Amino acid sequence: MPNDVKTGSLAPDKKLKWVGTRPLRPDGVDKVTGRAKFGADFSLPGMLIGKVLRSPHPHARIKSIDTSKAEVLPGVKAVVTRDDFHDMESEFVPAGEMLVNYRDMVRNVMAREKVLYDGHAVAAVAATSNAVAKRALKLIEVDYEPLPHVIDVLEAMEPDAPLLHEDMITAGVEPAPDKPSNVAKVVEFAIGDVEAGFAQAEVIVERTFQTKPVHQAYIEPHACVASVSEDGQAELWCTTQGHYVVRGHCARLLGMDVSKIRVTASEIGGGFGGKTVVYLEPLALALSAKACRPVKMVMSRDEVFRASGPTSGAHMRIKVGATKDGRITAAEADLKYQAGAFQGSPVQPGAMCAFAPYDLENVKVVGYDVVTNRPKVAAYRAPGAPISEYAVECVIDELARKLGLDPIDFRLANAAKEGTRAAYGPKFGPIGLVETLQEAKAHPHYTAPLGPDQGRGVASGFWFNIGGETCAALNINEDGTAALMIGTPDIGGSRASLCMMAAEELGIDLDRIRPIIADTSSLGYTFLTGGSRVTFASGMATIDAAQDAVRQLCERAAKIWEIPSDAVEWEDGYAKPAGANAGDFEPMSLAEVAKVAGKTGGPIVGHAQINAQGAGPSFGTHIVDVEVDRETGRVTVVRYTVVQDAGKAVHPAYVEGQYQGGAVQGIGWALNEEYIYGEDGRLENPGFLDYRIPVASDVPMIDTVIVEVPNPRHPYGVRGVGETPIVPPMAAITNALADALGIRFTELPMSPPKVLEAIGEAAAGG
Amino acid sequence: MAKVHVATTINGDAVEFLCEADETLLDVLRDELHLTGSKEGCGSGDCGACSVMLDGRLVCACLVLGAELGGRAVETIENMADGEVLHPLQRKFLEHAALQCGVCTPGILVAAKALLDKNPEPSETEVRYWLAGNLCRCTGYDKIVRAVLDAAGEMRGELTHAE
Ligand code: FES
Ligand code: FES
Repeated sequence: MPNDVKTGSLAPDKKLKWVGTRPLRPDGVDKVTGRAKFGADFSLPGMLIGKVLRSPHPHARIKSIDTSKAEVLPGVKAVVTRDDFHDMESEFVPAGEMLVNYRDMVRNVMAREKVLYDGHAVAAVAATSNAVAKRALKLIEVDYEPLPHVIDVLEAMEPDAPLLHEDMITAGVEPAPDKPSNVAKVVEFAIGDVEAGFAQAEVIVERTFQTKPVHQAYIEPHACVASVSEDGQAELWCTTQGHYVVRGHCARLLGMDVSKIRVTASEIGGGFGGKTVVYLEPLALALSAKACRPVKMVMSRDEVFRASGPTSGAHMRIKVGATKDGRITAAEADLKYQAGAFQGSPVQPGAMCAFAPYDLENVKVVGYDVVTNRPKVAAYRAPGAPISEYAVECVIDELARKLGLDPIDFRLANAAKEGTRAAYGPKFGPIGLVETLQEAKAHPHYTAPLGPDQGRGVASGFWFNIGGETCAALNINEDGTAALMIGTPDIGGSRASLCMMAAEELGIDLDRIRPIIADTSSLGYTFLTGGSRVTFASGMATIDAAQDAVRQLCERAAKIWEIPSDAVEWEDGYAKPAGANAGDFEPMSLAEVAKVAGKTGGPIVGHAQINAQGAGPSFGTHIVDVEVDRETGRVTVVRYTVVQDAGKAVHPAYVEGQYQGGAVQGIGWALNEEYIYGEDGRLENPGFLDYRIPVASDVPMIDTVIVEVPNPRHPYGVRGVGETPIVPPMAAITNALADALGIRFTELPMSPPKVLEAIGEAAAGG
Repeated sequence: MAKVHVATTINGDAVEFLCEADETLLDVLRDELHLTGSKEGCGSGDCGACSVMLDGRLVCACLVLGAELGGRAVETIENMADGEVLHPLQRKFLEHAALQCGVCTPGILVAAKALLDKNPEPSETEVRYWLAGNLCRCTGYDKIVRAVLDAAGEMRGELTHAE
């Protein structure tokens, strides 16, 4: 078996029937037959097609927009521009793993004073057909005054760089600068005294690194259908990681009551953080309100690349010092992250995560959030962490090799464990980094022989994981089946894991529980699918709702038996008298209690509304073997093993899937993917042909080891698993290349031309 | 511009439709015939989410014009199961958890079936190269490749087991 589960010592003593097994997912048949409805699969009678006019300029002032010709084109029913959206106050509000600012958001969904990137929305139309909508876009006249642009993060920080926002004063520096710049914010974390720490070091490695923006590249483009009635009631169907969050943003941007917008999440064809924000949704609502007809909008792939996502590219300097016996004495990082056109890069989490896998006394991390003429970044799987940890894990590897230490042993000697105070503040509870390192070291992969031109690398990774506001409801049906209502869109099998936890609590068979993702008017506010929180937080809410239902089931049985309800207990799907004193009654099954619910007090519904706390941080360690083709510079990943702590794997097959998918996204980030801009500031590769994500023939099987160090704050020990797997691959592959070639790469992606050039230089120099 | 009238066969049924000259087979399937199982991931032949069979050949529906369909036969994901019995590939995809979000799944199933129709005993490498035109961003392909190999084995009558 290539895939392995190592149960931790704290495993719950409860005998589990469902949790930890691999049943079929409840939504599976719909998804293998084409029946499942994704964002673009909805239609309504009388529906119009909406399309967006986008800026061809990376930076320009909008002098005027004339839509009159488009408006009179037969078939055009509505046109919207900046004039249809109110300006908003600058205000940061938390939105999951990132902060949002409505002043920026209203400008990102529709340009106001200026366009700030190639692809920035300038106007939108709704028409009776796709063809008419396209013709209408051509009739809109925008008078632009092109301005100088800046794409590179270091150039954007130059004093004479073109300014994106003439009023942006850097936050987080004392005293506040008196001149505006493209640096939105500076963040800093420090513990101990790095100067003193470096003075104790016997070996120091210091390097600078660069990464390029990469896109989440979900296969399903953004899509929605909005229908606003004459009295202002709105329905919205869309592909999103969080329909309650979409509702909130749309209500704010359009000045609508939250109660007037009902959002239904379609099936979602991938998001990876990129579907936590709004792009088309407010435009579709505005167009529909004007036209009084439903409006459907779907992005093309070109629009997805030019106007949504990606994550930051960065420029970083990392310095780490250690004693000869392998103890790290100090660590320092400068991180400069591109935010795209509006502030809000994930540099803060990047700075917090940079050294999180290590138990350090002296650390200093400074992060810069820098705006450039690119699309505003969106969250991407462990936002910020893969960038900073890539750089740090490369330096850790180099340091280990300089010290003559095995890179896993070096990490073990410095690894964060329970009680370690992380550089960003809190003390870790039980965490599984050491276990993942030990498992990696013991894995046959780690000692397998390598072929010619091959090299092996390892790297570790960390992500916080989050909890948050979550509701769940569990309707017990009259025939003893149940309907589970949850508010987190299912992006990768969470219906299965949540139903499994409900089945475990209720003591009934899994196939008696049907899940639905409830719309925003049917279930209370639930934060989005992100932060690896669904199995943890929606899991906790599901368990609470099931326990609430069980309490009611026991009360009903008590009523029937005419005994106090605390004299009834629930076991394996049956109400039973608790002990001999309670009386002698035949146990009643859930179905039997449910059948007579009408006579004992009415329907039985379990509810939970929680703010889930205590998400368990997650660590992983990856091993990779690469092979280099010295003639072409192509790097092939020939073997890959992911070892990660899941806390508890509710459905191990989907946990493995997260590990494997994250690793392969990381392989793409390491070797191929990048946003390429021309001199003119336009994106040159807005399609899958030139923005090349890994395909099946690029990668090997991805072996996995699931380590289970239970999270004590979750009833089954669950930690999030979805994000950490994308953190280690870039460094692991860089380290493997160093092993194969003796060359330390410090730039991503390590695409064939760059590798070939480095091999040539090394040959010339050596 | 007048629409084109086309008479064709889709999933074994005689079908007539009107389409614009520049509408693709994918547009026709999704927008005119409401067969939304085939997905549009790119519209440029690069993702395979729109894979369908046209006269027994695997094609990207986004690269074929609707107006070209007269007298031809199209098979889509909607016709892969035999009544209520799933095709072995569909079943193996579920057993192996070979889908996460599932948006790539219809295209990959159609493409994998085309492979097994041609080559009932593909190697792992053959599966990987055959499916190289079908992007999946979620799974890392591991479980997809295993599911295809397992389905092939079962269809050959070999005893296999899902992990
Ligand atoms: S939509 Fe046809 S190949 Fe991508
Ligand atoms: S399962 Fe999401 S793209 Fe393949």
